Amino acid sequence: MGEFLLVTIQVDMHDQLALRLQDDLSTAIQKNASKGVLVDISTLEMVDSFIGRMVSDISGISKILGADTVLVGMQPAVAITLVELGLSLPGVATALNVERGMALLRQKIDADGADVGH
Amino acid sequence: MSVTNGEAPLRSEHDIVLARQLVRKLTQELGFSLVDQTKMVTAASELARNALIYGRGGTMIWEKTADSERRGLKLLFADEGPGIPDLNLAMTDGWTSGHGLGMGLTGAKRLVNDFNIDTKVGGGTRVTIVRWK
Ligand SMILES: Nc1ncnc2c1ncn2[C@@H]1O[C@H](COP(=O)(O)OP(=O)(O)O)[C@@H](O)[C@H]1O
Ligand SMILES: [Mg+2]
Repeated sequence: MGEFLLVTIQVDMHDQLALRLQDDLSTAIQKNASKGVLVDISTLEMVDSFIGRMVSDISGISKILGADTVLVGMQPAVAITLVELGLSLPGVATALNVERGMALLRQKIDADGADVGH
Repeated sequence: MSVTNGEAPLRSEHDIVLARQLVRKLTQELGFSLVDQTKMVTAASELARNALIYGRGGTMIWEKTADSERRGLKLLFADEGPGIPDLNLAMTDGWTSGHGLGMGLTGAKRLVNDFNIDTKVGGGTRVTIVRWK
């Protein structure tokens, strides 16, 4: 993975675990100077507003620490339900799978690098 | 004959997980499509969490129901908590009195066919939802 971190959100995560995950992730981003985070939710059979908030928190924290986030592997039934629930997950990019997520992160990082150069 | 009604406690985070699994199983038994299963499970997750966090714990009462032409699942989330003082406000997208996204009640309503709240300050909250196959 190199510069990217892969976070897998497991089926049934409780509040406490979610907070631990955010802590561990912040530490890992700093330690590895990571530029990108992939959040894999392919095993999730539903995403409610609690998990939705967790994902946007992860994305917000990562951004502050200088890393882009891409959400990968959302199941179609989950995506349909999420739209009807009313969660738009602003600022969170999505990709079909980890491979495409990594490609998207590379693009974002290249674009950021180009901005700095000018 | 399969069981047509029952109840499950909502007293801990783990109970929410179990309630979700139960709703998944019931909707599968009723032959719901995958998308419809997911909608009902998601609505149940929102209401179960509300009963736990705001209602200080409660119960999910379930019933397989039918009218003349269709079958469905009816869920009641009952708690003895503080009740909701301003229901219109609570039913506004994005409004939360806590640390949520404020999308649970309104979102759950959009995900089901019938949605009803009965709440009284100091007298608890009862939310009933039905989703038909
Ligand atoms: N069972 C309940 N008992 C008391 N208040 C509730 C209950 N369910 C919801 N509420 C109130 O309604 C508000 C909106 O609920 P909801 O739409 O689920 O959003 P959130 O859970 O993100 O706050 C809550 O913040 C809370 O004030
Ligand atoms: Mg809620």
